[in-house]
Amino acid sequence: MRLLGLQSFRHGIHPPDLKDATRALPIRQFPFAPLLIVPLLQHVGKPSLPTVREGERVVRGQRIATPGAFVSVSMHAPASGVVRRIALAPSISGRMVPAVYLEPHPGSTQEVAEGTPCPLESARREEIIAAIQDAGVVGLGGAAFPTHVKLKIPADKSVDTLIINGVECEPYLTSDHRVMLEQREDVFTGIRYLLRVTGAERAIIGVEANKLDAAAHLRDGLPEDLPASVEVLRVKYPQGAEKMLITALLGREVPSGGLPIDVRALCVNVGTTAEIGRLLPHGRGIQERVVTITGPAVRHPGNYRVPIGTPLRFLLETVGVEEDVNRVFLGGPMMGTAVSSLDISITKGNSGVVAFTDTEAERTHRKIHPCIRCGYCVDACPIFLDPSQLGRLAQDQQYQRMADELHLMDCFECGSCSFVCPSHIPLVQMFRFAKAAVRKAEQAQASG
Amino acid sequence: MSSLARTLEIRTSPHILSGYAVDAIMFNVVLALLPVTAFAVWAFGLTALLTLATAMASCLLTEQLACRVAGRASTLDDWSVAITGLLYGLTLPPGLPLWMVAAGGAIGVGLGKSLFGGLGCNPFNPALVGRAFLQAAFPVAMTSWVPAFAAERFRTLPASSLAAPFSQPSYDGVTTATPLALWKFDGQLTEVGDMALGFIGGSTGETSGLLILLGGIYLVARNMMSWRIPVAILGVVAGASGILHGLDPAGYAPPGFMLFSGGLMLGAVFMATDMVGSPMTSAGCVVYGALIGLLVVVIRVWGGMPEGVMYAILFGNATTPLIDRWIRPRTYGTSVRRASP
Repeated sequence: MRLLGLQSFRHGIHPPDLKDATRALPIRQFPFAPLLIVPLLQHVGKPSLPTVREGERVVRGQRIATPGAFVSVSMHAPASGVVRRIALAPSISGRMVPAVYLEPHPGSTQEVAEGTPCPLESARREEIIAAIQDAGVVGLGGAAFPTHVKLKIPADKSVDTLIINGVECEPYLTSDHRVMLEQREDVFTGIRYLLRVTGAERAIIGVEANKLDAAAHLRDGLPEDLPASVEVLRVKYPQGAEKMLITALLGREVPSGGLPIDVRALCVNVGTTAEIGRLLPHGRGIQERVVTITGPAVRHPGNYRVPIGTPLRFLLETVGVEEDVNRVFLGGPMMGTAVSSLDISITKGNSGVVAFTDTEAERTHRKIHPCIRCGYCVDACPIFLDPSQLGRLAQDQQYQRMADELHLMDCFECGSCSFVCPSHIPLVQMFRFAKAAVRKAEQAQASG
Repeated sequence: MSSLARTLEIRTSPHILSGYAVDAIMFNVVLALLPVTAFAVWAFGLTALLTLATAMASCLLTEQLACRVAGRASTLDDWSVAITGLLYGLTLPPGLPLWMVAAGGAIGVGLGKSLFGGLGCNPFNPALVGRAFLQAAFPVAMTSWVPAFAAERFRTLPASSLAAPFSQPSYDGVTTATPLALWKFDGQLTEVGDMALGFIGGSTGETSGLLILLGGIYLVARNMMSWRIPVAILGVVAGASGILHGLDPAGYAPPGFMLFSGGLMLGAVFMATDMVGSPMTSAGCVVYGALIGLLVVVIRVWGGMPEGVMYAILFGNATTPLIDRWIRPRTYGTSVRRASP
């Protein structure tokens, strides 16, 4: 859909960009923590099953866990060292998850182990899908959904367009921006693998207009034989959401409750694509990821290649935080989750760590007023819900009615409604709660 | 590192907000009304000042009292009742007995807002509820107009202002007629330039069309007002009266006259746009505005009274729930229109 010259979707919001602190900083390798805690559930699905024992020596990049089910992936050692323990560890959700406690060997050269390459030219579709699962690839944009699962296209469906998501619409985050600038060839190689797997005719890399350097860099390097193009999109949140991006680029609308494949499209994050391109030719797995560490409370913000399993405490101590650090959240400020404990570790889905001081935190402590029916939320909602009315029903605990009559379950919790609400009603939080209540009721009905 | 020993705050996303706030929006509406208010005092003198002050005091006191009775914290700080107080005062004729001003304010806020549950719950614009009450109860006083720019306006008060409650106010024979009344009853047209600038008789704050528009432009520029509502109202009034005038120039007033006469500008820009009483969707706002515009023309042209803006907006307010029910955007990915809640 084309509006004001550049493509975009309808509705949405314009939060401040806040990327200046890190957008120009090249990706740097992050040091190894004295103890890495690698959770065996970093993705949506079943936990991975450890293949190492306590006390065992491992080499960086070596596989340490295999998929526990189809919707699960392998895990790889983020460093050469010794497995100290296999025990429960805290996670962002508050639940304890099984994890491998790995002590990196200080004297090691930390050379990455090579595995069995997955040759682009000769590998069959199923082999590439298996290689992607084996490389531990999950959606690095934040969803952490195992990538190989969505690449397994049902026989009655097909994909004509592969969309590479380089939108990065969350404020503060610049990891995808840097990947596009620094790992262009990996992105192109990744696209080649993905085109082969999906059978799509073409790939479109969607980039927002606040990253014109990345768009130009990609466009300049596009190989002649790669059926791919770069599209610059108008800056708007939440354009990085799959549905919004598909609408912006293709003008197609993913049906309610459906998947992009229902409109012959498939979206893969640009960072995920780069990892596929970087890892598969060497048979390696994900043992680190690019993380933007930023926010006013961070002394040395930057884009870092952080070993998976790096504890948040070590990470923040290394970059330095201000005395009045108040809130730390993983992901961007619109959808990121605030952490209660610094003992959790960086996982594959963490694209950013943002730390706020009292000043920024204070800005969200606002007095709640009654809804004045201003309609800002109605104009903000990218999927055309009525957040105001939903909010009223949520207050009356009419959760089922919200789902039945006002499409509550289509809400993907982008937070645009809460962002614009001048009454500071915690709308998206109410919807999260309502959605959970509806799911619970449905489960109870199904089992009872 | 000591700072990492601090207890971290847990809050749900989003962690940044747009910065819009109810009190800030309301405060800006008050700001946008200040030029109009200043002009009202300049044009009508002491009586306007006292009318506005009494209206404001009455509305604030009523709201405060209602909060006290309901056992709620005071809501004066959200500035919404300040808008009501100011707008209410600006819609009243200068020289209106002050006790009536006070009574109407209490009715407007008390019955029109507090009784419904306060801010956000009132279906009708409270300022207009107060004015409608006065129009019904004291029709003569509400249509007696002290002239603008009277020589002694900063030194003397019209006798009517201080009339004792429930007495017949006396106007010393110094009342004037509004352009709408002149047209309706005498077939006499007023110069549009004078009307736009405010050199005419009328309610304290309705006479200066250009200053009202200026305030509206400020609010639209700050994204604190729907531009669709005033544009729809004014567009329909101009269009409908243009057609009528074209058919019979002697029988129907020209569009320019219709736009700048009476309370249309103040109503279209500051009254109909009250967020609480207007529809939520952009399309709904256009329908709502068009309906108000149409009603204004119908009442002015075929009604018994020269002016109809107040009733048109109150009718518009009444249709808002219906408009919101009928005009619903289609939710992304669904083929059917959203069901009515």
